[in-house]
Amino acid sequence: MHLSNDIMRAAIEQQFPGSILKHEEPYGMLTMETTREQIIPILEFVKNDPALQVNFLTSLCGIHYPDQSGRELGVVYHMQSMRNNFRFRIKIFFSIEDAVAPTATTLWPAANWMERETYDFFGVHFTGHPNLKRILNVEDMDVFPLRKEYRLEDGTRTDKDDRFFGRDGHEGREFD
Amino acid sequence: MQVQSYFSGLDTIDGELITLNLGPTHPATHGIFQNVLKMDGERIIEAEQTIGYIHRAFEKLGERRPYNQITPITDRLNYCSSPINNMGWHMTVEKLIGCEVPKRAQYMRVIMMELARIADHLICNSVIGVDTGALTGFTYIFQEREHIYDLYEEICGTRLTTNMGRIGGMERDFSPAFHTKMKAFLTRFPKKFDEFTSLLERNRIFIDRTVGAGPISGERALEYGFTGPNLRAAGVDYDVRVANPYSSYEDFDFIIPVGENGDTYDRFLVRQEEIRQSVRIIEQAYKNMPEGPYHADVPDFYLPSKDDVYTKMEALIYHFKIVMGEVPVPVGEVYHAVEGGNGELGFYLVSDGGRQPFRLHFRRPCFIYYQAYPEMIKGSFLSDAILTMSSMNVIAGELDA
Repeated sequence: MHLSNDIMRAAIEQQFPGSILKHEEPYGMLTMETTREQIIPILEFVKNDPALQVNFLTSLCGIHYPDQSGRELGVVYHMQSMRNNFRFRIKIFFSIEDAVAPTATTLWPAANWMERETYDFFGVHFTGHPNLKRILNVEDMDVFPLRKEYRLEDGTRTDKDDRFFGRDGHEGREFD
Repeated sequence: MQVQSYFSGLDTIDGELITLNLGPTHPATHGIFQNVLKMDGERIIEAEQTIGYIHRAFEKLGERRPYNQITPITDRLNYCSSPINNMGWHMTVEKLIGCEVPKRAQYMRVIMMELARIADHLICNSVIGVDTGALTGFTYIFQEREHIYDLYEEICGTRLTTNMGRIGGMERDFSPAFHTKMKAFLTRFPKKFDEFTSLLERNRIFIDRTVGAGPISGERALEYGFTGPNLRAAGVDYDVRVANPYSSYEDFDFIIPVGENGDTYDRFLVRQEEIRQSVRIIEQAYKNMPEGPYHADVPDFYLPSKDDVYTKMEALIYHFKIVMGEVPVPVGEVYHAVEGGNGELGFYLVSDGGRQPFRLHFRRPCFIYYQAYPEMIKGSFLSDAILTMSSMNVIAGELDA
């Protein structure tokens, strides 16, 4: 069967009506947004569906948009069906105060370290994760370093102000 | 007493279990890896890895660097095959900016990437030999890796952390010295490699040590997110070069070798065959090298030649804009994957139009498949665990990012 973006989206929409909050196709890859309540049922469905066969969790990572108030933190799942040679991306967003997401380790053991990394970098707590602790950074670190409020360079430097380089300077600015 | 009940069915030596720290700096692990093993005599009951010893926060660094300055970061992921990482990154940016690379540059890239794959697999396979007690093949075949590094040097000036190529193509064309060395390599290497093969592939001691060591089934490997030679050794014929061809891989005739048992011997054999296939690809690409420019016409990203910068106004402006990061970049998100030495190396790039990525995530194959290590060595001997690790080819740089 030849899978297309439309077939994939229609299949999920049919199984879980209203679950896809947003969808687009940047550079041809189907990108959907759903809620954290529905992400695991959706992934389970596409994994076990005999036609879709999305058997492979390619990548899982966090992302932080400080400007999206109420839905600052996100988790991005890159999925792949090897049999159909089809890839898509699905995202969930939630508030930074309530940084909780369900674990995907129940579906793929590969998610274990990817979720630990996401926790380490962004502080997303994956409920049901068997061993959620820091993985790359030291265990007693008390920040989540990939959040945008942690600037990589000394905040007093003015020569690298983003406003001069095509951005409105939102990156980390309001946290200074 | 808990320990007693957990291991009651086991034949313990003096009823004692030992906690053994394998690493962080153990000569047999070829890198900074720590494994805390629970041992029953020589047998491993449980293992837990600690990683992150050379974590350098690449994803954070990537958010503070212009696109062209991220290439040196990618060198240091899998430093046994840096050119593949470099090209993968360039292709990701090219996808974002919608840049079509000329055929000649694509073929040049294929040659460099396949050389890198050979170098990567040579290290892995010769180190498997070392860990079984055969040092000769390693010292012998490392000369060939040096010759591959000589070829790198001709195209980018460096040997290990290559920073090879540019966004839009290659930095320079193949030099006359490159052609001489390349031709010499293509005649000499297959013979040398056959000698290396004859040392190990049907060696009785080697086979006894590697067959059945650290096996994993195809289904389990997929669940664990395996890609690359380790997945293919378990019998799954997934290769990014064929599934989603990039850089004109569809032009070349090569096969994807697969194993059956997913054990150390199969991983070794898959890499052996991949080296032969890589030589085939290089021969085809080198013979059919198209004429034409070696980089695309993308003045916003590809630095003009220094001569032009000093003499031409336009080139000076472009040079300034690139160096100062004043180049407009489209807003969007791309995922691009290449077949790295160890599997699918993916770049997830989110651009908000700024001069650096808004978010850059590396899908690092080592990081993902190293999770399966405790499961693969459970119940085996310590010496087999060492072999399993070297045959998985876990590269610390890629593991820890």
